[in-house]
Amino acid sequence: MNFDEIKKNLTAQFSDLFLEFSSFRDNDRVIVPALSVLQILSFAKTILRFEMLIDLSAADYLHLQGSAHRYGIWYSLLNIENGKRLIVKTHLDDPDPRLPSVYDLWKGADWMEREVYDMFGVEFDGHPDLRRILLPDEFTAFPLRKDYPLRGMGERHNFQPLTRSEA
Amino acid sequence: MALDFLKDNFVVSKLDYLASWCRKYSLFPMPFATACCGIELMATGASKHDISRFGAEAFRFSPRQCDLMIVAGRVAMKMVPVMQRIWQQMPEPKWCISMGACASSGGVFDTYAVVQGIDRFIPVDIYVPGCPPRPEQLLQGIIDLQDKIANTGTIFALEFSKRNVHEGPKPLIQITAPEKSVQAPANFRSSTRTI
Amino acid sequence: MPLTLADAIPDTSTTDREFLWTLNFGPQHPATHTTLRLILTLDGEVIVHAIPDIGFLHSGFEKLGEHLDFNQYVTIVDRMNYVSPVSNEISWHHAVEKLLDIELTPRTKYIRTIFAELMRIHDHLLCCGAAALDLGAFTAFLYAFNLREKINDISEQASGQRFHPSFTRVGGLLRDVDDIWITKIRAFVKEFYKVHADINKLLLKNKIFVGRSKGVGILTKEEAINRSVTGPIARASGVTRDLRKDEPYLAYKDLDFKIICALEGDCYSRFLVRMQEMVESIKIITQAIENIPTGPINIDVNTKVVVPNQLSVYRSIEGLIQHFELHMTNRKWETPKEEIYAATESPNGELGFYIVSDGSGVAYRARTRPPSFIHFALFPHLIVGHQISDVPAVLGSINIIAAELDR
Repeated sequence: MNFDEIKKNLTAQFSDLFLEFSSFRDNDRVIVPALSVLQILSFAKTILRFEMLIDLSAADYLHLQGSAHRYGIWYSLLNIENGKRLIVKTHLDDPDPRLPSVYDLWKGADWMEREVYDMFGVEFDGHPDLRRILLPDEFTAFPLRKDYPLRGMGERHNFQPLTRSEA
Repeated sequence: MALDFLKDNFVVSKLDYLASWCRKYSLFPMPFATACCGIELMATGASKHDISRFGAEAFRFSPRQCDLMIVAGRVAMKMVPVMQRIWQQMPEPKWCISMGACASSGGVFDTYAVVQGIDRFIPVDIYVPGCPPRPEQLLQGIIDLQDKIANTGTIFALEFSKRNVHEGPKPLIQITAPEKSVQAPANFRSSTRTI
Repeated sequence: MPLTLADAIPDTSTTDREFLWTLNFGPQHPATHTTLRLILTLDGEVIVHAIPDIGFLHSGFEKLGEHLDFNQYVTIVDRMNYVSPVSNEISWHHAVEKLLDIELTPRTKYIRTIFAELMRIHDHLLCCGAAALDLGAFTAFLYAFNLREKINDISEQASGQRFHPSFTRVGGLLRDVDDIWITKIRAFVKEFYKVHADINKLLLKNKIFVGRSKGVGILTKEEAINRSVTGPIARASGVTRDLRKDEPYLAYKDLDFKIICALEGDCYSRFLVRMQEMVESIKIITQAIENIPTGPINIDVNTKVVVPNQLSVYRSIEGLIQHFELHMTNRKWETPKEEIYAATESPNGELGFYIVSDGSGVAYRARTRPPSFIHFALFPHLIVGHQISDVPAVLGSINIIAAELDR
């Protein structure tokens, strides 16, 4: 199944939606509206046989010129039988970036969604255990957002030093 | 008279020497291995470089049985309370080697999550440079520590209790403006809590 | 929605579950190899619930990737999966070169292939050796580490650094390899088979090792696909997928090798797959080392993506200008304003990079697809129902590298 067939299948199934197809090098992408992302992904999994979720992550487009939306979330899918890849991408905006969870489709999405929540603050509805994964629970910021500085906001200095005698 | 004779400190200095001599050849390292340097630490313990030539081969993973903490690798802020607690659990006399650039100064990881040098939060005796240091460098660090123990050790290890001021570098000056800086709760109870 | 770790831990205080107890495992524990933490709920010795807690080595790699240029970020990527550093470099520059649409020279392709396979052996030796160490077979660990030292020597010969070579550059390599490097690899290949046979014998005839890993932590093929598992772990469960064959990159198209798979999906078969993959890697190295093409290692300087060598910087105006262009902070590479995902088969599985480019020489977003992170999510699934002594076996078999796990 090549990209044209995938295109045909998707446009036939979701004729009422605006799907934006593009290709760059060997990456094939479809940009979908955030509201119907779960529908499209479950169609891709069950009908188009993209059975493996290779990657799920996000980017913050705050400083990127010409970007209409703040967050982009991509799902990188793989068809195990013929090795075809497809990247499904969607955009979100402040305030309250929110997406449906794909945990029911792919169990592998569990930690990837938690990481996106941890780093970008995008919440996934229906995720069974959505809490911070890499940073401590007490952390207040979302560090991979572009408005968060590389060297942090002083969190890393905030510990009590031990002297040699108290041990 | 007799007491005056004892005061000539012949016996005392000899015991100090003896105790330090024993200690320096029976270091029990606690491998606080967090990252890449931990692999070089393992290589130092393995056959080619063979740390046991210097009397420090008995790696013990329980801090209660160790007297040398080798912090190998960068320490993220979630790990600082863990490191401090492990340091406090080790019995006196104890020493600390900061292995590698990341543990000593943060190295290439000048980011929001990495502590810029463990000496800001615990006392450090020997710094081993390198990213990661070669096993030979770590061995040299251990030899230097042995010299330090031989030169400064006393039998009851009371010299440590006098050092009750923070000796490491001062906290980093805030890069962000104070009104912008966010102070996350410092102890990160969730990562060290024994539930 | 649980917000903190404490909320996620099952309540053991109610009357029908009060026989359960909770054990905290890590963050500093010998069987975790590096830093990760498990909160296990136990019924006697049987694990009924496991919560991994990670992030103890989170150091902001991806944030750094947004601030360092394509060549600088190599030093950081190196430290990601630190038991196979060059594999990460190759993967990162594979993505960058795909973004810039660069075709490497044949010599670089072969040298990178050899390095990738050496790193696979490096990784698998550490994984098998350390797993054996945790399961009570100390000697195999020493044998494995002795062989790893040889690979470190080879890295040092090529680049000057024995552990983190930072050897690749956009469009080429740091420098060319010499004859001593090739001699060292030939010696390594000769020695490898004997040590490999020794390790095999030491472990396969070790009843304790076999007994503790056989039938433990079984992962079925369906679960492996559903949980995004790649690499040797997926292949041990019967997923016949290897990017070296499926999406050939570097010189893998010209070389003859097999993909090692198993069907059982337990710790023992994961170990067997790794041991056998090393033999295949040695086969690749043997073929590649005898067929290294001659020629330049860097692509043409006029493509304006590759750092020129010292001679041309000092002796020619084009080289000087090119060097200046790539090293000034406001110049660097000109990239298409696009996004790209590219992946290679790292020893642990599919290591991919998703680069969002804003047209400059610094990635706008450098997402890593870390195999360890995705594999560690498996852990609760694999360990539930087993005993607490199986934890080191399962952890060792999925080869968690904390720096890649947390980044």
